[in-house]
Formats: sequence, structure tokens, C-alpha cells
Amino acid sequence: MQIIKDRQIIDDNWTFVSNDAELEAGNISVSLTRWKNDKQQLLNSKDNIGVRIGPSDSVDDIGADLNDISLIELDFPVFTDGRLFSHAWLLRGRYNYQGEIRATGHFMPDQIFYLSRVGVNAFNLENTQDLPVALATLNDFTVNYQKSID
Amino acid sequence: MYQYNDTDQTLIEERVAQFRRQTESFLNGTISDDQFRALRLMNGVYIQTHAPMLRVAGPYGLLNSKQIRKLAHIARTYDKNYCHFTTRQNIQFNWPHLEKIPDILEELASVQMHAIQTSGNCLRNTSSDHLAGVCIDEIEDPRPYCEIIRQWTTLHPEFAYLPRKFKIAVSGAKLDRAATQFHDIGLHLINNDAGETGFKVLVGGGLGRTPIIGQVIKPYLEKKHLLSYLEAILRIYNLFGRRDNKYKARIKILVKESGMEKFSDLVEQEWLQIRDNLELSSERIDTVKLQFAPPAYETDAVNDTSFAQKLENRSFATWIKYNTATHKVPGYHAVFISLKAPDCPPGDMTDTQLDAVADLADKYSFGEIRSTHRQNLVLADIKQVDLYPLWQQLESLKLATPNIGTATDLICCPGLDFCSLANASSISVAKEINEALDDLDYLHDIGDVKINMSGCMNGCAHQSVGHIGILGVDKKGSEWYQLTLGGSSENEAAIGERLGPAVAKDQVTQAITTILDVYIKQRLDDESFLDMVKRVGTNPFKEEVYANN
Ligand code: SF4
Repeated sequence: MQIIKDRQIIDDNWTFVSNDAELEAGNISVSLTRWKNDKQQLLNSKDNIGVRIGPSDSVDDIGADLNDISLIELDFPVFTDGRLFSHAWLLRGRYNYQGEIRATGHFMPDQIFYLSRVGVNAFNLENTQDLPVALATLNDFTVNYQKSID
Repeated sequence: MYQYNDTDQTLIEERVAQFRRQTESFLNGTISDDQFRALRLMNGVYIQTHAPMLRVAGPYGLLNSKQIRKLAHIARTYDKNYCHFTTRQNIQFNWPHLEKIPDILEELASVQMHAIQTSGNCLRNTSSDHLAGVCIDEIEDPRPYCEIIRQWTTLHPEFAYLPRKFKIAVSGAKLDRAATQFHDIGLHLINNDAGETGFKVLVGGGLGRTPIIGQVIKPYLEKKHLLSYLEAILRIYNLFGRRDNKYKARIKILVKESGMEKFSDLVEQEWLQIRDNLELSSERIDTVKLQFAPPAYETDAVNDTSFAQKLENRSFATWIKYNTATHKVPGYHAVFISLKAPDCPPGDMTDTQLDAVADLADKYSFGEIRSTHRQNLVLADIKQVDLYPLWQQLESLKLATPNIGTATDLICCPGLDFCSLANASSISVAKEINEALDDLDYLHDIGDVKINMSGCMNGCAHQSVGHIGILGVDKKGSEWYQLTLGGSSENEAAIGERLGPAVAKDQVTQAITTILDVYIKQRLDDESFLDMVKRVGTNPFKEEVYANN
């Protein structure tokens, strides 16, 4: 699978492990619930850990753990759920999170310009054939009116 | 008036290019209906009963003659020779073809106009007082702040997918002509005890299904904190506003359900963390203010001696009485252009009228035109000596009906004729009411009555704050109308009280004239309609309206 990361199309080297599946080796991402339940076990493994959060989760729940988390996935249940835009802003703007923030799930290629402005730097699109078009939309605007994360 | 710089121009041109690509992707099937819906709405494109509708932003109601001519050109070239002014100071085209909309947007961009965020669940066009900068009761001109807010809201990346639409209004005068108490955020320029000017901030007001009067969340906010405070409110709303039910998704419901105390605590905590980073410098404010500097008023305007004699013309005198407002500069007047002529749908204007008004604005009013939230236009800076020739020309254009603030100056949404959400028609009912009240003397005797009519619960024409509100409802597939009395969107804001059961379509005009007759019979001296409703309640009206049932 390919994704956009830091304005490039690259191969994805993360695997999301669902709540009931065995942990694998490598870069693995887990749900917030699993992170909360198995935090110690996950930290003991030497691999990079990612956490997937949804719109109704609060970033404050992982605020204290951010040094141990290399990837935060923002999982869109529907593209209209704008809470994840504020989550991204809070992660960067309030918690000064430096790791990867990745949009995943049901979002539109046409949203990645705004997402990038609020601090999302990686995009796992539903359809990989949209990748080139989506990448191009990052250049839709050369000017803006307001401060955000970018 | 604000003039675009290179950044402003680049931004709207890039937006046109982006929307052109999005429209093409939709037309060639690469993006779905659902996705395109969200994208087009954020650019003012609805799909209505007959055709797409394009809503163009009228930033806080301010337009220049070049822009008005462009609207005329668009009406002629892409539509059926007319356009419609809305209650939020925007402009609608009812008949454009979807594939042509990118071209229309390009035309608009050439005169510093756009349709960005005129619909959709995002930050909408900011509205304001149509007499800003010229009225006699002004604390400070709100337009520079409107422009600062316009820029801040435009393409705001974090708040583009809100739970629901979000509207901000700013008023700078003692009399609230911008209905700030019925906006998601209402801003009122006020003086504090130290004599400094800042904002009183209201939140959670709104019309629609659940009309609520906004509450004060910040009694006094320093100007430099304007944007940080707005951002704090929006972030809290974006995070916590309800998304499970679109009828409960406006910020008013969040404020109501969490309680004002808790809500304002959340906002305060957020605000304290961001405010130092988002300060609005006084230099920035001053730079924007420069763009709203008063025009070059002529000092000899006050020396006009011909006026008294001109007023002997009774029609002219009546027009002066109803369709002009006092101006802060001696010798000048603000003039209302009535878009409520008897045979014209409220708020509609033809291409010919638009072109002619642009010429009049150039000739008499520094090339500026304003739209009002009661769907009329204003030429704000007319020299007294020019009033007579201006009146004559407006007369010949059917734009001088002397009915501003009277019962036939009613506001009305497109209703069943255009809107796919409508339960009932409004334009034809408005026409009937207008015809029934065609006796000017009677109309003027009734005086200040605001009638607002919407074709469904969404309340686009603010029926719940009309002195008389008319709401179209559906009863087993036929059109019925619910009447309310006593609403107001001005300082003493109130939501109208239901008069009784809904009336059938052919009974509406009769009901309205009955209500007005009751007023004429029972009013005290110079008591206004609204004051009488406050004094006697709805019963005396109810008895007469439902007398035969
Ligand atoms: S009030 Fe209802 S009918 Fe009228 S324009 Fe709004 S949505 Fe349409």
C-alpha cells in the first residue's frame, strides 16, 4: 500500500493491529483502547508504536504518552466529522507533538489541503489511484488568511 | 470600501481553479454525489427544485458599482435576467447551469467577489449593519472588524467541517440593525467604563426550528483578542457540538445543553491558552480601518436651499419620510432602494435595474451600494440636493416604493417556487399581501410593521422574529400557514408568539389584514404595532382572526 507522507508518495511501513489480533513485529498501530489496556506490553516491545484515535476520543487521553508514540492515526468514520481537524491542531499546537499524524478511513482527497494546514503530514487514502491527484491538491493554495500549524 | 491586495486576489483565483477541478471531477464521475455535495456547498452551490442555485457572498452587505454591474452581467448571461438579495446580505442566482458555475466564479473573481462559504456546515459570510459608518447612533464602524473576520473565516482549515453552519454578525451602533442576538456569535461594539471600545460577545442565538436569543458570554472583550476568542469558541463547538442529529447541531443547542456556565468555562480555558499567540495588532486594525475611511463629503452639501420647496411634492415627501435615514454628516442622507415593489418578488432585481443602480451609485453615492438584511439596498451617502433627481430616477425604475419599514416591506424566502425543502410557497402569498395593502395612506397609517415569511421550519426569512411571522407548514400535502405575533430582532429581541391554528393558503391575506385592522382600532395614540402586541398580548387578534371558525 502506498500513502502520501511529507508531500511524497511512499510505501506504507505501518500495520494496524486490531484489538483481538496478536501483536506483530515491526511498526504497529493499535486502537486507543488497546493502547490504554496494554501500554506496558507495547512499550516493552522495541518496535515503533502508533495509536489510532477517532473523533470522539480526546487527545488529552494520550497527551502524557506522546513521547512513546511515533504515529497517531486520525480515523475518519465519515469525511464530514471535523473534530479530527481540531485533534490534529491540538496535538501539534498544544502538545507540540513531533511524530507522524496520519489521516485514515473515510476522508476525501479534497480535504488533505486543510488537513495538512492543521498539522496532518501523512494520508492513507481509501483509493490509492487518487494519490497523484490528492498530492497535487496540496498546492491548491499558495496564500492563506490565518495562522494554523503550517 | 475594502480593496483586495495581491493575496486576496490570488486566494480567490486559486479557489476558482480548485472548484473548477472539483466540478469537472464530479461531472466525469471521479467524485461521488455525496462528496461533491459537501464541496459545492462550501462554495455556495445548492441543487434546488429546478436547477442549481448559486449564492454569492456580499461581504457584510457592501458592494461597489462595478460588482453590481457584474451581477447584472451574470444575470443576463447565465441566468434569467434577475438575481435575488437574501436576508444575510448575499446574492442568489436561481438558474445557472452547474458546468457554467466555475465560469461565473471566474467572472466574480475579476471584481473581487466570490461564493466561498456561503453555504455548508462552515463559517459563513459575516453580516453587519447596513448603515455602518453613516448612522447617527454609531459607537464605532463595525466594517473593519467584519473584514478582519471575513479574512479569518475564509478557508479556515480547522473549521470547515463543523457540526452545522455558523454565522457571525457585528453591530457597532446603539440600535442593533444586524440581528446580532440571533446569530451563532453576535458581536457588539461597546464602550467600557474606562471609555475604551471593545466587543460584547453573544453566543448561541439563532432562528430556524428552535429560535433562541443569544446570551452574553463575554461582557467586554478587548479588540486585540477578537480572533483568539472567536477561535476558542469555534474549537469548543467543533469538538463538542452535537453531530448525531442535524436539528440539534447548532451551537445554540450545545450552549443550552451544557449550560452557559460550563460552556463559557470551556471557552475561557481554551482562550487563555491561545490568546497571546493570536493577538490582533493595533497596526493591523488601523490598516484595515484606512480602507473604510469616510468618502470625500462636500462641505457645502448642507447649504442646499431647494429642499423645502421640493418637499411640496407629496410623493417625494412621502418617499423621503419612509425611504431615507438620517446621516451623520449634515447635508447628506442614506437612501433605501425598495426591492418590494407590489408586483416584484421581495429581494429580486433585474439586470436592467442592477445596471441602472450601479450608474446611480456612481453618480450620487461614491460608487457604493449596500444590501440590507431586510432585502433592500442602500445608497448610503446622498447629498440632499441630489435626493430629488435620484428619487425620480428610482421611480422610473420601480425602485422607489415608499414602504421601507412598513407592512409591505416584508421579507420572504424563495419557498416552494425554488427551494426543495419548502412546505409552502411564500412569493405568491407575499404578492397577495402586497396587493391587499396597496393603499399607501392605509399602509403608512399602520406604520412600522415587520412581516417575515418562510416556506418551512428552517426559517430562512426569520419569521420567528417578525412582528408578524408567517411560516409555511405542510398539512396532508397542502399548504398551510402558522402565524406568530410580537417577534423582534432588534435591541429588545423577542420570539413571536403563536397566534392559533395554522390557516389555509387562501386565508393568509385575510388574516393579515384582520390583524392590522385590530391594531388600527385598538392602538393608543401613536403606539406602534409591536408595542400594542406587547401591551395586549395575542388574544384580541386571535378573537378576530378566528372569529368565523
Ligand atoms: S425557509 Fe425553508 S423553504 Fe424557505 S428558503 Fe429556507 S429552507 Fe427553503
